[in-house]
Amino acid sequence: MDDTKRYERLREMFGNGDIGRRKFLGLLGAAGAAYGVQMPFGNMAFAQDVSEVRFDGWGGVVSEAFREKAFDPYTKKTGIEVVDGTFGSGDEYLARVKTAQEGEYNIAHLSGVFDYARYHNLGFSTSLNTDNIPNLDLVIPKLVDVFRAVSGDQLSCVPYDYGTTGLAYNRKYISDEEMKEQGARILLNEKYKGKIGGWSDWRTRIWYGALQTDQDPNNIQDMDAVWDAIRTHRDLALKYWGSGAELMSLLAEEEIYVTEGWSGRIYALQEQGHDIGYYDPPNGFGWQECLFVIKGSPLGAVEELLNFMLAPETSIAVAEAQNYPPALDPSKVDLGSKIPKLPAFDPTGTLDGLTFANPDYWNGNEAEWSKMFGRVQKGY
Amino acid sequence: MATIEESEKRAPWVLLSPALVTIALLLVVPVMFIVVYSFWLRTSVGGVEPAFSLANWREALTDRFYLDILISTVRIAAITTIVCALVGYPVAYFVARAKGVNRGFLLLLLMLPFWVSYIIRTMSWINILGVSGAVNSLLLSIGLIDEPVQMLYNEATVILGLVHFLLPFMILNTYVSLDGIDRALEDAANSLGANPMQTFWEVTLPLSVPGLAAGSVLCFVLGAGTYITPIVLGGPTDAMFANLVFEAIITQLDWPLGAVLSLMLLVVLGAVVLVYNRFMGLGHIAKGIG
Repeated sequence: MDDTKRYERLREMFGNGDIGRRKFLGLLGAAGAAYGVQMPFGNMAFAQDVSEVRFDGWGGVVSEAFREKAFDPYTKKTGIEVVDGTFGSGDEYLARVKTAQEGEYNIAHLSGVFDYARYHNLGFSTSLNTDNIPNLDLVIPKLVDVFRAVSGDQLSCVPYDYGTTGLAYNRKYISDEEMKEQGARILLNEKYKGKIGGWSDWRTRIWYGALQTDQDPNNIQDMDAVWDAIRTHRDLALKYWGSGAELMSLLAEEEIYVTEGWSGRIYALQEQGHDIGYYDPPNGFGWQECLFVIKGSPLGAVEELLNFMLAPETSIAVAEAQNYPPALDPSKVDLGSKIPKLPAFDPTGTLDGLTFANPDYWNGNEAEWSKMFGRVQKGY
Repeated sequence: MATIEESEKRAPWVLLSPALVTIALLLVVPVMFIVVYSFWLRTSVGGVEPAFSLANWREALTDRFYLDILISTVRIAAITTIVCALVGYPVAYFVARAKGVNRGFLLLLLMLPFWVSYIIRTMSWINILGVSGAVNSLLLSIGLIDEPVQMLYNEATVILGLVHFLLPFMILNTYVSLDGIDRALEDAANSLGANPMQTFWEVTLPLSVPGLAAGSVLCFVLGAGTYITPIVLGGPTDAMFANLVFEAIITQLDWPLGAVLSLMLLVVLGAVVLVYNRFMGLGHIAKGIG
């Protein structure tokens, strides 16, 4: 008999006059006290009886893809609800996780190994039992290895997709030839003053500053030159955008003609019929996204969800909807007809053509560079 | 007798205790936390290390960067307040002089913006002033311009967004003050030979100053503390002080420095409120927003 039934019986006895008001209230009070005392232990007992899992991602078309292609089918199959939230940046989300109770946040769609390393270094990682995620064997090995290297052979995430932050441009005003000729320097071209955009993310700004000054983004020697390039870009830019939706809006409305952009979002614009070109310059910013499991999450349910999401039918459906290639190894899984056409897709599965941020290098400079960028961004 | 006297003395405190406890828990305790954080240090990975260090305070108070943005914030908030006062006063006057159903309808219109999210209201300017927005489309269609004019993403649009957000606060406060003026005083001025303009300048305006000041202090404080408007409507360099707080805490994970910056803004805005309270009294604000 559950607590509700006990209460109903008690209330019925009180209503029939079998017990007095004082006794009725006394029993209710005793029940409340007993419930309060057992709560912490009750939570532990119920820990395995998971009814929902929290997932946080980037919002927009990406969240829609996850909801439609992964979460709803998963809930239908398992009965476990996936509550999905969104964030505008990994930094913002990390601040939220820092202030939350353990277990409040479960899975996050993190971008870049550097983010994985930050969460791990702050003690938010856990240890997944990969035996419960057999579909992990279908993932490009290189993507798994880099995460294992950060967290001492343990995994607190599964790789899920990858993409690039390349150059997006309006073909009405900028030709493919001009874009290829100028590369990253097109963002410093006076001709497009007031029609240039850029992501307000310090890593992206510094990465492109390195490209604009002919430096290796993972080994910058002349930082002053990079800051000068960022200043020049700032003075030519109309707006720093802060989300994928804003990026798409600025390009679609022709507020800006050229900016860096996320490959999947630009492909989405192209699908909508906008004549927006996309070009990955040499050493363009490649990144891989993972589904990171936060310490304190119900591992059984989470591992089941991750395995479900890595299943080829789910992973391919999500990839086709969000326009980012999945982490599945093309040599092991037939990825269908749309994915090979997506920007950043690597048919070899080696990802040798993409340059990723070195997590040690970028996280080692994070405190200094993020602060400095805050100043440069505001006119200093 | 002594017991009754004591209980009478205690009564106000007992009655006030729920409010005092709420204020203590929701305002005083969080501010104390921020004060404590301001002396702590950021670790290399973005955590916090309990300490007693003045490094964050030293940095914030001696670095010209923070001072410049603070001055810029005060300037933008002051311009916004002045524009709100200039635009809001005639509207408040008109509403206060309206009669019957008209007045109720006008007050309802003033309340309408509060029913729509502040962010949505701010973003609506993109559809109005954008390159393919309503204004450019109109100007292009009537042949006044050949190509769209870039109107968005500068300081002017930040001020415009703030005025849009804060104008109702100014109008409502001024309206309350104007509505409370005894019309017999204006009639007396007229009967003594003052023309309508003189009556306004020498009777109505001085008597409505408390409401105008209450609206101004609200507009200034809310305007100086905003960070959404510069993000949505500002250009790359149009940041306000609250944006620095946001970046320190969210982007740089430097909570101790963020705490110092928050307290700096709190002190500046608190000083404005204290000056207002010294000359006008905070009761006028309560009338306007109550």
